[in-house]
Amino acid sequence: MPVKTVFETKIQHVSILDELGNFDEALGGGLIPDEDVVAMYKHILVCRRFDEIAFKLQRSGRMGTYPENRGQEVPSLAAAYVLQKKDWMVTCYRENAGLFWRGLPMEKILLHWMGDERGNHIDECNVTPLAIAIGSQMLHATGLGWASKYQKNGAIACTFFGDGATSEGDFHEAANFAANLNLPVVFVCQNNGWAISTPTKVECSAPTVAQRGLAYGMECVQVDGNDLFAMVRVVKDAVENARKNNRPTFIEALTYRLGDHTTADDARRYRDADELAMWEKRDPVIRLRNYLEKRDLWSQEQEDGQVALAETTVAAVVKIAEEIDAPTTNDIFDSMYEGITPELQKQRQTLRTSSLGQDPSQVPAKSQEGAVQ
Amino acid sequence: MANLTLVQAVTLALIQEMEKDERVLLLGEDIGLNGGVFRATEGLFQRFGGDRVVDAPLAESGIMGTAIGLAMAGLRPIPEIQFEGFMGPAFDQLTNQAARFNSRTRGGITCPLTLRVPVGGGIHAPELHSDSPEAIYTHTPGLKIVMPSSPYDAKGLLISAIRDPNPVVFFEPKRIYRAFREEVPEDEYTIPIGVARTVCEGDELTMVSWGATVVQCMNAIEASGKSIELIDLRTISPIDIDTVANSVNKTGRCVVVHEAPKTCGLGAEIAAGVMEHCFLHLEAPVQRVCGFDTIMPYYKLELDYLPDAQRIGKAIAETLAY
Repeated sequence: MPVKTVFETKIQHVSILDELGNFDEALGGGLIPDEDVVAMYKHILVCRRFDEIAFKLQRSGRMGTYPENRGQEVPSLAAAYVLQKKDWMVTCYRENAGLFWRGLPMEKILLHWMGDERGNHIDECNVTPLAIAIGSQMLHATGLGWASKYQKNGAIACTFFGDGATSEGDFHEAANFAANLNLPVVFVCQNNGWAISTPTKVECSAPTVAQRGLAYGMECVQVDGNDLFAMVRVVKDAVENARKNNRPTFIEALTYRLGDHTTADDARRYRDADELAMWEKRDPVIRLRNYLEKRDLWSQEQEDGQVALAETTVAAVVKIAEEIDAPTTNDIFDSMYEGITPELQKQRQTLRTSSLGQDPSQVPAKSQEGAVQ
Repeated sequence: MANLTLVQAVTLALIQEMEKDERVLLLGEDIGLNGGVFRATEGLFQRFGGDRVVDAPLAESGIMGTAIGLAMAGLRPIPEIQFEGFMGPAFDQLTNQAARFNSRTRGGITCPLTLRVPVGGGIHAPELHSDSPEAIYTHTPGLKIVMPSSPYDAKGLLISAIRDPNPVVFFEPKRIYRAFREEVPEDEYTIPIGVARTVCEGDELTMVSWGATVVQCMNAIEASGKSIELIDLRTISPIDIDTVANSVNKTGRCVVVHEAPKTCGLGAEIAAGVMEHCFLHLEAPVQRVCGFDTIMPYYKLELDYLPDAQRIGKAIAETLAY
């Protein structure tokens, strides 16, 4: 037979707790201890409050542009829940929930959006600073996973990016390196349907974004990204595949940003109200609360208590961020290099770039006399 | 002591640093079994194994970006980009990522990596195999840019680059990879980054160059019979303007020679530096002998493009006569 099928595949979609409250016991039973589900629900409430306050800080002129995370808390939180301390989490900028779960002090994120690089100086946990240039971070994650393999320390790297980022060449190079060099990397695509105003179909005309990973020979799966249980399930499998087999996995997490792209954006210009309304019903907060209440793990009283706690927690974080001393001009120069260069030293000392400003002794005596007269 | 070519000196430096420091690993296209297209990594795959000499997929941004991740984790990666003309795909990762990490994390994350790139024309290569883009990267704060002009310098500068805690672009002038041999000590030694070398002393004119054109300058100086001080920058960023200025304050005349196009080339930066530091000592306008403001031609005309001893000699005569 001259024509034969040489390759066939399927993309699986994983859902455990759907938006109607149905729970797949076979897949999700015993997956997450009840107290952990409660802890993560409580964490999401804090993140929601953080998001709300960050938005208000921008609107009241106390902070610069901010990208709301609301609606997309689950993918990064589920990953952070699964990852070990030694692992790397390499994020974009809509992963606050996961970063905070890993131990990133919340004021660091505020500092970043307040225009202060010190928000990117992170000693507390293995996370990289927010990546503003879309797609730039996936290669770093691949290199970090590579380093772990080289150092034989058993750590893996888990990186996050949006559906739009899979159009960037760096995504394809990262996937290709990770697969061909057998590197322990987990790629988590948060497909929220939009790259600012550009719908996913302009980024990817294949039926799923997940299948992009197939071209590189890696495991691929699509998952309900607003389903904490399904996310934990697929990340666990991916992390195990990375840790045990040094193989990457591509996870397409279907989710939605309930807010605008950033505070500088107005999503009403390009998104239908109906679409937003549909996704508001799929809000992971609603879904998780219903799950917990149905099992008598959560009450209105606890809800009220946690909402109040979230308010005081975030208020304290804002206070910390706003009370940090302003950066000094020297900070511009001091970490440009490890060890300052001679010209930078002159610029730092004089805050001048003109040579006469940097070294007035260069002015000949005659001119100096003239200046005095 | 061995009599080595520049490319052999590069190989020796790589071997010695890899033996000394397990954090050092190499990645690039065809650098493994094949030893690199210029054989700079000849025998290293056999000697150190595939975990430390890694044939990367054919993707320059990938090579640069994963090297950043390796460096972030505390390793000392040495990525190679096969020819300077292929740096374009790696530009974003090099300039927007590697160069900025230290500052944007306020010292939290550094990128101690050495990007090796064969550079420049004169070897009858195909398109985009002969360019001189050093000024583009010198305009990027956060990078250090080094270009040796001899086997001895290549070894000492490369060892310094590998040990430097910053991202360093190490340009290797391919025209002189095998043009001549020089005694290169077996023992390790370093040549400091950021310090120029006075190749020969003179008091009539100062000539400034780096990389392969240093050889052209030496030929021109010999032919001129004049007392000319030749300064080889060795490091392009940070530039050692003090050594240049001290010399020009003595000679009063300055000619800069480089392969890259004239406009906004390093010659402009050096001329400005000389203007700032030597204004009252100048006897003639600073002259630039450079590549033309055209793209690098295919090899039939490359010798018409590249500054040679004859063009340099004319500039010497004109500057001295001014």
